[in-house]
Amino acid sequence: MHKEHPWNTFKEPFILNPMPKMLAVKIWRGGEDGRFQSYDVPRLENQTVLDVVTYVQRKLDPGLSYRFACRVGMCGSCAMTVNGTPRWTCRTHVSRVAEDGQLQIAPLRNLPVIKDLTVDMRDFFDKLAKAGGAFQATKTRTDDFAKIPPSDPRRHHADAGIECIGCAVCYAACDVVAWKPGYLGPAALNRAWTLVNDARDGMGDKRLSMVAGDDGCLACHSQQGCQEHCPMGLSPTAAIAGLKRAVSVAALKSKL
Amino acid sequence: MNIGHRNHPTWWAFALHRISGVVLALFLPVHFQVLALALDGEAVLDGALKWSDQPLVKLAEAGLIFLLAAHLTGGIRLLALEFLPWRNWQKTLVAGSMGLSLGAGLLFLVNAF
Repeated sequence: MHKEHPWNTFKEPFILNPMPKMLAVKIWRGGEDGRFQSYDVPRLENQTVLDVVTYVQRKLDPGLSYRFACRVGMCGSCAMTVNGTPRWTCRTHVSRVAEDGQLQIAPLRNLPVIKDLTVDMRDFFDKLAKAGGAFQATKTRTDDFAKIPPSDPRRHHADAGIECIGCAVCYAACDVVAWKPGYLGPAALNRAWTLVNDARDGMGDKRLSMVAGDDGCLACHSQQGCQEHCPMGLSPTAAIAGLKRAVSVAALKSKL
Repeated sequence: MNIGHRNHPTWWAFALHRISGVVLALFLPVHFQVLALALDGEAVLDGALKWSDQPLVKLAEAGLIFLLAAHLTGGIRLLALEFLPWRNWQKTLVAGSMGLSLGAGLLFLVNAF
């Protein structure tokens, strides 16, 4: 028969912070004048915040509205405010954010709430267009490929910002957007900066004029909340700083 | 007020820059007022300078030196951010400007007593 070692006095494995069995979840219900509603959700070892919201909608409250699509951090549709911070919920593990088993989930800041966790993203996407976010081609499909060497510094600038998934986390994290609702915001300006550096794009100084106004890059206070919270690890602050320099040079040359 | 999204070094650096700017702007008229006392005669100005030798006033002056240094280094940091090529170590720059400002305040305090 197995004999216990005399020194082994532990009856159970020693765990500093045992995982709680249930999560106390508060979710925003209603429109702008809504309120938080409490739910108890079973805590699983491997669980994202999106899993929690999905559990509430499927098991506890079918009337809950929220957005998601890909569940793997590509589509940019599931961003919400989790314990006061904007995050992509599909790739935010509960273990990283739920202190003491508490979760507060609200819609994204700086965008009008439609219902529960869904916000009206129109302003956000309209501003991408206002910042000259559309590529303006200078060649057709019958032309040869543009040859841009990998060492080209402008290519590096464009590469640094191109992976934006349009989730609006930066837009929700930005105080300038909150204080100045017309401000184009980090994502739109980041998009503009990638195109300013795109050798194939033909919009040129017109795009700089579009981002040089009162609501453009010069309104940024460099608080850097956008790059702090960007789930893709991009730096819209760097892009905006680049635009500020480009706009300054263009202004000195009377090109705006 | 929920400050979850604001709790990072570069936001606090922004807040300190704004607050130091406002406090220094409020202090400036007082500074000029004390200098203007010289027009009323040597004794009046000396009286004010003697008053400022009190330990608590010196402590407040050290605070002013800190705010002035914080506003100066913060301003240089922002100019560098906007006009020099981008650096990814923005938080290091914040830490550096904070270190210089605290150092300046402490240096004043050490010399004041």
